[in-house]
Amino acid sequence: MTLELSAVIAERHLDVALTVGGSETVAVMGPNGAGKSTLVQVLSGLLRPDAGHATLGGRTLFRTGSPGSPGEWLPPHARGVGVLAQDALLFPHLSVLDNVAFGPRSQGRGRAGADAAARRWLGEVDAVELAGRKPGQLSGGQAQRVALARALATDPELLLLDEPMAALDINSAPFLRSLLKRVLAGRRAVIVTHHVLDALMLADRIVVMDRGRVVEEGPTAAILAHPRSPFAASLAGLNVLAGSLAGAGVRTSDAGLVAGRLTGAFAGAAAAPAPGSPAAGTGSPASGPEGLAAFPPSAVSVFLAPPQGSPRNCFPVTVTELEPHGDHIRIRAGRLAADISPAATAELRLQPGSRVFFVVKAAEVAIYPA
Amino acid sequence: MPDLGPRNRPGGYHAVPRWVYLLAAAGALFILVPLLGMVAKVNWAQFIPLITSESSLDALLLSLKTAAASTALCIIFGVPLALVLARAQFAGQRILRALILLPLVVPPVVGGLALLYTFGREGLLGKSLNVLGIDIAFSTTAVVMAQAFVALPFLVLSLEGTLRTAGQRYEAVAATLGARPSTVLRRITVPLVLPGLLSGAVLSFARSLGEFGATLTFAGSLQGVTRTLPLEIYLQRETDPDAAVALSFLLIAVAVVVVALTYRAPRQPKPAVDAAETAVP
Repeated sequence: MTLELSAVIAERHLDVALTVGGSETVAVMGPNGAGKSTLVQVLSGLLRPDAGHATLGGRTLFRTGSPGSPGEWLPPHARGVGVLAQDALLFPHLSVLDNVAFGPRSQGRGRAGADAAARRWLGEVDAVELAGRKPGQLSGGQAQRVALARALATDPELLLLDEPMAALDINSAPFLRSLLKRVLAGRRAVIVTHHVLDALMLADRIVVMDRGRVVEEGPTAAILAHPRSPFAASLAGLNVLAGSLAGAGVRTSDAGLVAGRLTGAFAGAAAAPAPGSPAAGTGSPASGPEGLAAFPPSAVSVFLAPPQGSPRNCFPVTVTELEPHGDHIRIRAGRLAADISPAATAELRLQPGSRVFFVVKAAEVAIYPA
Repeated sequence: MPDLGPRNRPGGYHAVPRWVYLLAAAGALFILVPLLGMVAKVNWAQFIPLITSESSLDALLLSLKTAAASTALCIIFGVPLALVLARAQFAGQRILRALILLPLVVPPVVGGLALLYTFGREGLLGKSLNVLGIDIAFSTTAVVMAQAFVALPFLVLSLEGTLRTAGQRYEAVAATLGARPSTVLRRITVPLVLPGLLSGAVLSFARSLGEFGATLTFAGSLQGVTRTLPLEIYLQRETDPDAAVALSFLLIAVAVVVVALTYRAPRQPKPAVDAAETAVP
């Protein structure tokens, strides 16, 4: 009883494979244009892939043909795949109740049964009192709750959530998020999101996509602790540098040796190359196994001159931009970031173009396999 | 209905230069003054007898009947046509659209001739129909066909535009909720484009009501059978100008009533300042 998908769309550079278990929620994340929404359209049946196949709970959603065997294609209305998009898209000419009853009615239920189901689902999303209204009379958060009830009223085998919180104001989003947490329990769902909080609260697993491909996937906690792709690193809010393992550090091609402490699969293996690890990293300067060094921007100190002594990592950088980040200022320098106080920023007279040194203690740097 | 809600408050900013009003007024007068000129010619003392003569009543009744039938035909075939043009993708779509809109630009007399050479006794299909004992030309059926021929593009054009503006997002949502294409059409697409369908139907009805050239060519002018109001007016113009003017006024009155009852202005565009939306971040 799983969802299995593989799909290729040449025109959109999409080439993905995905498996979702029976009651699992998977967060699909990635930069804009990574193909996340295309993935949703393929699963819901609104877009035909060039090649691939998908099965959901033993049923074939689609299978592209090959010489000798014709393809299969289940139209959207026969898939049992519900969609909640960024916009609620409630049918403007129907009342809230009729919107939610639309799915059950379309599945062949009578008016009374469909209305009863609609009321029950409106209750699930705390929107019973909205039943008689027209969609134009709802706030964004109310409309999205009704849209969620409408998607759930068909009891879909797979629920696709395509940035469901993106269009909501900051007061409505937390309410919908906790609502989703409640209704997604025990349900199979794929949620496309930009927010790490959605992944933390709602998803069992993160799938990171980039340029139409899955670049990283794993349990949410593991991805956030030891990100491998640049996008996952930004999600986790960490600076991540890639290179090859050298002692208790990683030798990078541009930032030199980054000293740290071995964690993950490297922990306990000391400097010895981990057995069974991939052979010499392609294109990396040294020949150890490929490793990553990660440290939070809050662990970075900024100096105008390189500090003397003490086992610390020092990166000469040029500041590219400054932005507010909580009660700190985030200093960005290429792909590295440092969080320092506004007072320190002023004292150092930092501005884009300043040449400074980012310094981080080895004890703050986690080294793990790529 | 004047709706002066927050969306439509007088005094809001709009970027219309003053000289535009002058030209707009000239345009409006160009339409209205001739109407007034005709109304001024109406012989009110004789008005009722003129429009209740037997030939006048026959023509009026025939016009209303045939225009209604033609509008029904336009809806039955025009809605699918607009759907296919707006939604489906196939080779030759652009050419098909151009050809279907042809009756808008071709003189109606030419349309009537085309119908005659197709459905007339010696026509392309008419020959076979004649063998079956069906004779279309110069019958009331021919009047309806001539009207539908010239009126269909109005409905297709209006509805296709509305369908394209409405987009397909609601239809896609309905499909993911388990609705088959026919259910989506009935419960989502048609209700959403109903204003466009209605105004298209009204335009078709009005065009049918005024049809002259194609009707005369394809259906002739036989009292009570094919002589519609415009034909009657043209005929009376020679012999009894007062009757022609009275009937013209009647035709205008019928058209005004129909349009006023059903035709809605295009949807109000977003004003520059929208009071209803400023509260939402």
